[in-house]
Amino acid sequence: MTSKYQWNNIFLTLIAIVLFIFPFVADSRTWTILLTQIFIFSILAMSYDILLGYTGIVSFGHAMFFGMGAYTTAVMLDRMEPTIGVFVLSIATGMLLAGAVSFIVGLMTLRLKSHFFAMLTLAVSGLFLVLAEKWRTLTSGNDGFTFRAPEFFKDRMVFYLVTLVCLVVVYLLLRRFVQSPMGHVLVAVRENEQRTKSLGFKTLHYKVIASVVAGVVASLAGSLYAVSLRFVNTSVLTMDITLDALLMTIIGGVGTLIGPIIGAGVIELSQHYLSGLAKEYPIFERWIIFFGIVYILAVIFFPSGIVGTVRQALHKRKKPAVLEKSSSGTEGL
Amino acid sequence: MTTILRTENLTIRFGGHTAVDHVNFEMPEKHFKSIIGPNGAGKTTFFNLISGELKPSEGKVYFKNEDMSRFSSVDRTRKGLGRSFQITNVFPNLTVLENVRLAVQSKEKIRYQMFRHITSYPSLIKKAEELLEVVLLLNKKQAIASQLSHGEKRKLEIAMLLALDTEVLLLDEPTAGMSLEEVPTILEVIRRIKQQDNKTILLIEHKMDMILDLSDSIMVLFNGTLLADGTPEEIMQNETVQNAYLGGSYNEHHAQS
Repeated sequence: MTSKYQWNNIFLTLIAIVLFIFPFVADSRTWTILLTQIFIFSILAMSYDILLGYTGIVSFGHAMFFGMGAYTTAVMLDRMEPTIGVFVLSIATGMLLAGAVSFIVGLMTLRLKSHFFAMLTLAVSGLFLVLAEKWRTLTSGNDGFTFRAPEFFKDRMVFYLVTLVCLVVVYLLLRRFVQSPMGHVLVAVRENEQRTKSLGFKTLHYKVIASVVAGVVASLAGSLYAVSLRFVNTSVLTMDITLDALLMTIIGGVGTLIGPIIGAGVIELSQHYLSGLAKEYPIFERWIIFFGIVYILAVIFFPSGIVGTVRQALHKRKKPAVLEKSSSGTEGL
Repeated sequence: MTTILRTENLTIRFGGHTAVDHVNFEMPEKHFKSIIGPNGAGKTTFFNLISGELKPSEGKVYFKNEDMSRFSSVDRTRKGLGRSFQITNVFPNLTVLENVRLAVQSKEKIRYQMFRHITSYPSLIKKAEELLEVVLLLNKKQAIASQLSHGEKRKLEIAMLLALDTEVLLLDEPTAGMSLEEVPTILEVIRRIKQQDNKTILLIEHKMDMILDLSDSIMVLFNGTLLADGTPEEIMQNETVQNAYLGGSYNEHHAQS
């Protein structure tokens, strides 16, 4: 198992190195922007995986934390001055805000059964959307506003590298989190909440902590997203963002952390290419239709997503019919 | 001997039906008591009331002379009231070792650590393996729990309960649904726990030979009420018990198995 784990690490390190070198060798603005977008959504999707994949919580309101980060950074850079210091401060403020809100919302709602919780998160995130629409003095409502990003980020390559570093750091931190004793309790909650309680764990605490961690990470993704566009409007708080995160996590593979990154890559790339095809085939203007179909097929035929399906296939090939050595539920954490 | 667990007029009603009806019982420390009674007599409900899964309509549960009313099931487990379930209740997609390790983790109070890798706690794994040895399941430690046979799952359940190291063990039909071949091993496991660990054990069972073999005392529930409580000999000779349970259902039960 150790060697498999090490191979995994070597493989991931290689990919990270290639991605670090990429902007220095390939001088493509389109690709730099596209990959930056993928990194940002990977962070968001990983945060969603902590909820869905590891703790078994379905939230329809994850966009509110993403939006909180985006608005905090945008407003602070706009109202204060566009410097790195303010940018870092805005990320910290966004995280703090998202952490506090997810803590309060979690404490109030996570006692409920999963579907009631899902509906309530939808309602709360709806509230934040309305708030952003109506609080025009701060947010300029639906129209949104542009702002100046720090001088340092003028070069797209620098921002690419910053988001990549953020992605790697978030991945490593979240991986440590899910592999910790606490992460294992989260998996236990997902598997059988009542049993986890009977073992003496206060499951509400764990669900709230998972929700805070997910909220804080989503807020970071939102901050980066706002800076990447140098613009923010209420679209960062809409259901579309939550659905994107959900889709990326499910297509990549829930409960795998690396899956959501792959999912984000697949979805962003397909979105890019499919919209590109729209010039010749107008049907592709509605590329979301294809996603609907892909999503349905994925859920029916590959419920464990890309990473889950690959892992199962590798496993079957290695140990046919040896049930005793089956992979563990948390081994792939 | 000091009383470790007792109930006072413990009652629960579901609508018009009284499932447990003013039950008073006492359990001395390190005692082995079995609960018998026909199906629907309220045995599991009685367990649920003790372990805090259900709130009584009336009456109280005392553990070490402390009123348990305000404590949730989680708090009661932490205080020392551990239970196993009649319906197998493990973590289906985790390995056998991981199942037990989680229970050990709870006992060792390694609950909220989030920055150290789980493998940096070798004592957890060592303890979990020791417990799997006790329940004769060490050779299956890497198996996924859902792939175990029913009997093995019951053993896993007991290992998880032992991991919590609670003073009182509430065992809810540990042999339920087991094949006849599997019963002796579980009997062996329970006997081993009784002899080695010196625990207070409350057992719900239907298999009379097993009960007579293990118990210091037996209590009989019938329609939610406590029909009798005494040594195995007293219970076997009790006429009311004979009529209510051992006469009808017991023979029927044996005829079926």
